[in-house]
Amino acid sequence: MATRTTDESPQTTSREEAGADLTLTSVTKRFGTFTAVDDLDLVVEQGRFFALLGPSGCGKTTTLRMVAGLEEPTSGTITIAGQDISRLKPYKRPVNTVFQSYALFPHLDIFENVAFGLRRRGVKDVKKQVQDMLELVELGGFGKRRPPQLSGGQQQRVALARALINRPQVLLLDEPLGALDLKLRRQMQIELKRIQTEVGITFVHVTHDQEEAMTMADTIAVMNQGVIEQMGAPAELYDSPATTFVSNFLGQSNLVKAEVVGRDGDDVVVDVQGSRVAAPRSRARRTDGTVWVGVRPEKVFLAHRGSETSDGSNLLGGGTVSDVSFIGVSTQYLVRMPWDQELTVFEQNSGARESFTVGDTVDLHWIPAHTFLLDADQDAHAGDLSYAALAGGPQ
Amino acid sequence: MSVAAAEAAAGGTVGHEPVPPPRRRGGSGYLLLLPGMLWLVLFFLVPTIQLVATSLYDPSGSLDTGYAMTWSFPNYWHALTSFTAPFLRSLVYATVSTGLALLLAYPLAYAIAFKSGRWKNLMLVAVIAPFFTSFLVRTLAWKSILSDNGFVVHVLQALHILGPDGRLLATSVAVITGLTYNFLPFMVLPLYASLEKIDLRLIEASKDLYADGFTSFRKVTLPLSMPGLVAGTLLTFIPAAGDYINAELLGTPKQYMIGNVIDSLFLVQLDYPAAAACSVILMLAIVAMVLFYVRRAGTEELL
Amino acid sequence: MRAGRWVADHFVMVVALLVLVYMFLPIFFVVLMSFNDPVSRLSYEFDGFTLNNWTDPCGPSGMCASVVKSLQIGFLATLGATVLGTLVAFALVRHRFRGRAATSLLIFLPMATPEVVMGSSLLALFTSVGLAGTLGFWSILVAHIMFCLSFVVVTVKARLAGLDSSLEQAAMDLYANEWQAFWRITFPLVFPGILAAALLSFSLSFDDFIVTNFNHGNTITFPMFVWGSAQRGIPPQVNVIGTVMFAVALLLVLSGGLLQRRRPA
Repeated sequence: MATRTTDESPQTTSREEAGADLTLTSVTKRFGTFTAVDDLDLVVEQGRFFALLGPSGCGKTTTLRMVAGLEEPTSGTITIAGQDISRLKPYKRPVNTVFQSYALFPHLDIFENVAFGLRRRGVKDVKKQVQDMLELVELGGFGKRRPPQLSGGQQQRVALARALINRPQVLLLDEPLGALDLKLRRQMQIELKRIQTEVGITFVHVTHDQEEAMTMADTIAVMNQGVIEQMGAPAELYDSPATTFVSNFLGQSNLVKAEVVGRDGDDVVVDVQGSRVAAPRSRARRTDGTVWVGVRPEKVFLAHRGSETSDGSNLLGGGTVSDVSFIGVSTQYLVRMPWDQELTVFEQNSGARESFTVGDTVDLHWIPAHTFLLDADQDAHAGDLSYAALAGGPQ
Repeated sequence: MSVAAAEAAAGGTVGHEPVPPPRRRGGSGYLLLLPGMLWLVLFFLVPTIQLVATSLYDPSGSLDTGYAMTWSFPNYWHALTSFTAPFLRSLVYATVSTGLALLLAYPLAYAIAFKSGRWKNLMLVAVIAPFFTSFLVRTLAWKSILSDNGFVVHVLQALHILGPDGRLLATSVAVITGLTYNFLPFMVLPLYASLEKIDLRLIEASKDLYADGFTSFRKVTLPLSMPGLVAGTLLTFIPAAGDYINAELLGTPKQYMIGNVIDSLFLVQLDYPAAAACSVILMLAIVAMVLFYVRRAGTEELL
Repeated sequence: MRAGRWVADHFVMVVALLVLVYMFLPIFFVVLMSFNDPVSRLSYEFDGFTLNNWTDPCGPSGMCASVVKSLQIGFLATLGATVLGTLVAFALVRHRFRGRAATSLLIFLPMATPEVVMGSSLLALFTSVGLAGTLGFWSILVAHIMFCLSFVVVTVKARLAGLDSSLEQAAMDLYANEWQAFWRITFPLVFPGILAAALLSFSLSFDDFIVTNFNHGNTITFPMFVWGSAQRGIPPQVNVIGTVMFAVALLLVLSGGLLQRRRPA
């Protein structure tokens, strides 16, 4: 199944800056019989905030380490600015890494930690650069302290400073926010984005947190079992997922089995358990045979059975509310449909919508433009980690 | 110290299990191993093999006339029968003193691991501090403590545990006391290491599930401390079985252990085959007891 | 009732403290006896108080010479065992090689063998190659390095295995080559383990009697001196040396602990 792996985001820059791009060509990494990264092709444009997103074990960290030089690819090439760095040692590459565990040197103080890369490259007078960099990450007075004396968030910023100070062509971040608590993580996400914009260096950020990726990145590549499932801007991946994995891994999706019956202008028309539903052609990954009809829970409106006319919206009728969860911002409904599938609906608690209780019979409405179609050969639960957890094991 | 500081102090980093590095290929490993392992082979392995060989020499030879290798297995039988008493005494003394050491060490290790709070490091130092004086000097001190006019003997006589002419020195009691004492830290430290690793929440869970203090100890703490217990008993029993200093200094020839016999055979009587035979039997006895013990305790991976 | 509760809560700690008292009892006696003025050479009791032993510590002939010998052997044995043992530890943790199980066994065995067996077998070896007449400083040194090696390996290995390898990877990521990463990152972080191993080696060597007794020729170390004089009568200055050893070691450990506390890394 072919996936498009070149950048589709609207701000495609001119080819003049292609010289500083990071390119992976047919990169494969095998550990014995296990293939961690499978024939990966990837171009990260210079100056972008790029996220490699995927569940644990999907190969994203391995890919990152191959760019850093800490793992050697089994086959394939990696180039930066046209220069082949695939077989170069880590200390010969214009790449620096922020490690998941920060890896700050415990026996050196903060100043020496940050100055480490500069000193190894023979820079004589490091004082001003180190000071400026510490100011940038808002740790100006911390030079004399030692890593164990700092909090998690502070250590993370030191790790960032230590890497950035060397002005690499590419900065790699290996799940750097994983050890921080929620509030701090949100803060650091904004911080990192700000610093990246200010400094203009290409950031490649590896994470399993889809919200984090969508918040920070210009471009996301979703990885699963060693391959890239889809790559593009966050909104594009969210609104028009290419595979069931992407639809489930980014946010949540309702996927219902349907048969394609025909065309209607720019739309593809499908039959869902007896009802007609339309999807835009641009969001249909398959246009014949059996498909998954997909719609995000927050795009769906509930109405009492038979209370509203169709008026151009997609309609699935005859459901019964089986669960109501008040989340504050929204109310989450589980609706059991006549064909025994439970669909999820998020209704914003804006006060304008009525609320429903368990047992109500309801119809589901949504705007056809929000529909996407996926190949029915794919597993409907791929990428759905809570399903996997409850079912007892990775899918 | 915070967890982060403790981890960092150990050379690790925050919030993360230490990652073992991939091992380097090539011959550099052999190069690094060579000097050390060669030393051990030359000065440990070869002598041990030589010892086994010597134990099979013709006993009628001597240092002057040289020894002939005659595969004389009867040497073993001869050694066993000539020195049955010291052999048995060694095993008995070692077992008793190991048991006593365990009884003394467990509360101490437990207290340091769970109850010592900020005194932990000080108590650990206190455990090894006695080792800072010479082994012999310490053992001689016991001669003073247990002397006929010392307060220990007086107290025991007053309590009628000892008769009015009773002595402690030159008895098995003195030897066992010395053995227990000298190897106590070897019992305390491995026990402490094991106990320290126990997650207190397991004991809390046990109490939540209706076990009282003692039952929690029996069913949770004790089994989890087994690796340390096994290591400690081995580290105590083995040197104790081969010791002869305590017997020599605190006892009489009636308390002599097999160590004394081997020493005398080697250095005084110069009867090398017999001495070697005794050594081999001692080694085999220890190995047998260790294997049996380790298998029963279920911690084969200890080695 | 309250007292009973207190005892029950603190029972273990009380027992523990009693055990510690038991452990320190001989030390107390060593210090005490260092001030002893013995009525006869064979007396083991406290006969009278005197400072003479401390003002004339090297009175007994050969004693201070034996202490010097022990220090010399201790220093050299520590050097040898620490260097060889550290190399082996690195090989075990960081390198691939065949025969790992056999190597581990060979390292473990000396720690599990009674000294009687190790010492006597070494003597038998020396005798069989005709070196029996030349035993002395060198043979003691050889034996000491032999049995200290295993302890060094175990100690350094424990420290090394606990090191986070991402630290070295971070160093290489920051333009340090393998050599620089080792000397600037790995070595400083393993060093406390190497130091601990060296101290352990020294104390094992200084205090060793049994193995030394079998292989000493005419060289007298401090433990040998004590043993020898046990027959003829222990001079009280022996306890002076014992007390000094204790004090020096205690000082080292306590100051090391204080240093660690002030410098959190």
